[in-house]
Amino acid sequence: MLKTGIKTWVLAAGLALAGVAGTGSAALAAQPAQASRPGVPAALQPANAADPAAPAANAAVEATNLSDAAQRPVAPDQAPELRADGAPALAATPRLGQPTDGLMGIQPQVTKNGLRAHWFHDRILFPLITIISLFVLGLLVYVVIRFRAAANPTPSKTSHNTFIEVVWTLVPVLILVAIAVPSIGLLSAQFKPAPSGAVTLKAIGNQWYWSYQYPDHGGIEITANMLKEKGEVPAGERFRTDADGPRLMATDNRIVLPVGVPIRLITTANDVIHSWAVPAFWIKLDAIPGRLNETSFTIDKPGVYFGQCSELCGARHAYMPIAVEAVTPAQFAAWVRAKGGTMPTPGKASDAAIPQPGSDNAAGAAAEAAIVDNLTGPTQNVTAVSPTSPQGATGNPGGLGDTGR
Amino acid sequence: MTDTALHPQGHAFEAHHADHHDAHADHHPGFFARWFMSTNHKDIGTLYLIFAIVAGIIGGAISGLMRAELMHPGIQYLPGWVAMLHGGADQTFDQALHLWNVLVTAHGLIMVFFMVMPAMIGGFGNWFVPIMIGAPDMAFPRMNNISFWLLVPAFALLLASPFFGGAGTGWTVYAPLSTYGEPGPSVDMAILSLHLAGASSILGAINFITTIFNMRAPGMTLHKMPLFVWSVLVTAFLLLLALPVLAAAITMLLTDRNFGTTFYDPAGGGDPVLYQHLFWFFGHPEVYIMILPGFGIVSHIVATFSRKPVFGYLGMAYAMVAIGVVGFVVWAHHMFTTGMSVNVKMYFTAATMVIAVPTGIKIFSWIATMWGGSLRFPTPMVWAIGFIFMFTVGGVTGVVLANGGVDDYMQDTYYVVAHFHYVLSLGAVFSLFAGFTYWFPKMSGRMMSELLGQLHFWTFFIGVNILFFPMHFLGLQGMPRRYPDYPDAFAHWNNVATIGYMVMAAGMAIFFVNVVYSLLAGRKAPDNPWGEGATTLEWTLSSPPPFHQFETLPKID
Repeated sequence: MLKTGIKTWVLAAGLALAGVAGTGSAALAAQPAQASRPGVPAALQPANAADPAAPAANAAVEATNLSDAAQRPVAPDQAPELRADGAPALAATPRLGQPTDGLMGIQPQVTKNGLRAHWFHDRILFPLITIISLFVLGLLVYVVIRFRAAANPTPSKTSHNTFIEVVWTLVPVLILVAIAVPSIGLLSAQFKPAPSGAVTLKAIGNQWYWSYQYPDHGGIEITANMLKEKGEVPAGERFRTDADGPRLMATDNRIVLPVGVPIRLITTANDVIHSWAVPAFWIKLDAIPGRLNETSFTIDKPGVYFGQCSELCGARHAYMPIAVEAVTPAQFAAWVRAKGGTMPTPGKASDAAIPQPGSDNAAGAAAEAAIVDNLTGPTQNVTAVSPTSPQGATGNPGGLGDTGR
Repeated sequence: MTDTALHPQGHAFEAHHADHHDAHADHHPGFFARWFMSTNHKDIGTLYLIFAIVAGIIGGAISGLMRAELMHPGIQYLPGWVAMLHGGADQTFDQALHLWNVLVTAHGLIMVFFMVMPAMIGGFGNWFVPIMIGAPDMAFPRMNNISFWLLVPAFALLLASPFFGGAGTGWTVYAPLSTYGEPGPSVDMAILSLHLAGASSILGAINFITTIFNMRAPGMTLHKMPLFVWSVLVTAFLLLLALPVLAAAITMLLTDRNFGTTFYDPAGGGDPVLYQHLFWFFGHPEVYIMILPGFGIVSHIVATFSRKPVFGYLGMAYAMVAIGVVGFVVWAHHMFTTGMSVNVKMYFTAATMVIAVPTGIKIFSWIATMWGGSLRFPTPMVWAIGFIFMFTVGGVTGVVLANGGVDDYMQDTYYVVAHFHYVLSLGAVFSLFAGFTYWFPKMSGRMMSELLGQLHFWTFFIGVNILFFPMHFLGLQGMPRRYPDYPDAFAHWNNVATIGYMVMAAGMAIFFVNVVYSLLAGRKAPDNPWGEGATTLEWTLSSPPPFHQFETLPKID
């Protein structure tokens, strides 16, 4: 019964897809202006007037419940992509939040710590290791040519030189200290606890899908299964389109997070260890049964960001992707309401900063335990075998892709 | 005082039988007694080398299957293979994906426990440690034999496990995937296989430590020992201290799986991360176990073909000791994403980077050994020079990964795969080929073909670099490890990597042709084919050495 219900529901989402994808780009283009002029329909704004997709957006405006719109600090035309049907609001942007074929570097970063780590890798570590490798290669090439038997028939008998040995011990030490300073700084920045007012996202790993909870937002629960390809689903079921994202990375339900607001990520798992990873955020945190791991990040740029499970978790390890849609705080609030959740009241106890896991501070640890209990219920919940989301997994058998054939 | 054979009675015995000496030295037992009940370190070394070559062929073939599947996005071959393995076409897609994990696991375990370790320690260690210290044999010859024969059932168990479903846990066998997540006997078989292989290594380690401490020829002080002996000594201590921890960890896995204990099950008060700590407390020294003997081999080869003594001998020896010691206190850098506290992460970042210092000392000392030398470049030397450079490349990416803050991005991506294949497949394996081509004349009495040897090196060198270098790019773009299928954006570099595998495989074919040709038709090897640079004791013996060498102990001055 339940499964049929979901199928119908997913089918509806799939059918709605084409229209929504069209409005998505228009809505996104309109966002900056709307943020400064809440309540003004997009069609009235000059930026949108020339956009050919604008009529579609207007249609959506008409369909929106006006009384609902009155409560929102955001233009009602944003409603379509914020509906609870999981249809994608934003089309994935090439080269942002996903890998690009043939590239050799790190994915573009959209968090502060990500930018900092990216800088650390690209400006310090990478040049340094390149120089060291080329230095060793240069020395080898030099000795091979200069001291080949033909050029140097009589070998020297030198087997010690204290000075040079001290040099090649101390210089690497100095280089490592030079690396260690920014490295330790990066670590401490990454461990800065989420401040008060952070949005808490709890990611729960399951074999083989992610389920999510927003404990501060009325307990919204989301289950994200990988979207299968067109040829792999029974007729009428939702399949992946390019608007959803790349093959093996698109999910039926994206999680939505606000930009510019600190996110407190808590991970755990129901069965085996998984790892929640989004390269564009420079975030990878293992989801371990019986544990709550915590980290925080702030997304600077709206967009769709993809990640994949990064700890071997069984057969369909490659088929439990992560898709995050980052939107403005106003859109996020609207999405929360559309999902039946509530925005938290500022100053509530659960908004207090959570101390670091593993902190040496006993008082902090106690506070942490209390707050975590408050947020997520007793920890034994997380060891329960049944998925915590009321929405079941679709038993996604994965992408028997045909792109190689 | 170092050796019971030095006892006066021993000399008297030798003197009494002096006229039979030569005949006795080359008296071989019958075939079965010689190869199945062996107490001769050289025969056992040969058995180990043959075993390692067989395991290497199997492990290498498995990596070929994996590269074939990864050549294009999508699942191409796994369903067919799983149907072949289990018969019939009624296998589910999940079983096909599970087979992928089985292949990944088998490749890792075979290459680590049944290829590199047996070849390095069992093979070259057995063959040359006693000879290099001027000893007639290992301290415990029968224990030496059981060390080898424990590996055979261990390997059989591992090879049989895919027919019972297959262990798809990765070589790390993380709980709870290995407890809750993998029913059936396969994982139990893999665990038992590790138990046997571990017991084999512990016995071997005891044997080496005893031999090296007690059976050195008169005058061979610790500080006169050849560096290969030093490297095996350090390795043996690592084995002795690390493997019992692995044994404990996987025994607890076994009881969690079968007897209802909850060491790693949070529902019973256990902790999955505890397993990771125990595993990597063994696992990190393990990577030095695989590379340290290679350091020793390369030191000898570089000195030999530079016609110079090793530069900074004491620094080289104690750098290995330092690597061994520090190698025990860096294990959690394999677990940076498990949610450790910031202080722990900072400590393991700093400690890990420290290892780069003794490693750097070794790299620069090898170059300094060549500096001012009179260099020749026969096959073993090109392997050794290739080793120095490729190990450097693998080492510097290790410095990148050591940074806990950076590792949040790299952990479990192909960057890590590229890193450890550069230090193992281009590091340890290069040193294995270096040692094999260096000592082949001594072991077999035949010279290898120089032309085929050079051809093998260059094909293999180009192949593995095309194979593994693009994996850095895949990792930086975010491709996770252990994926049978990947988003299309990873297609290009995966395709390149598979082409590299084919080149590498062609290089291996040349190697096997060379081995067969050299054994059958190779030029007869003189006692010392490498000239005055080869100063260790094995070159004072005939090629191949007599069945029992040093019945009168050499004196070292």
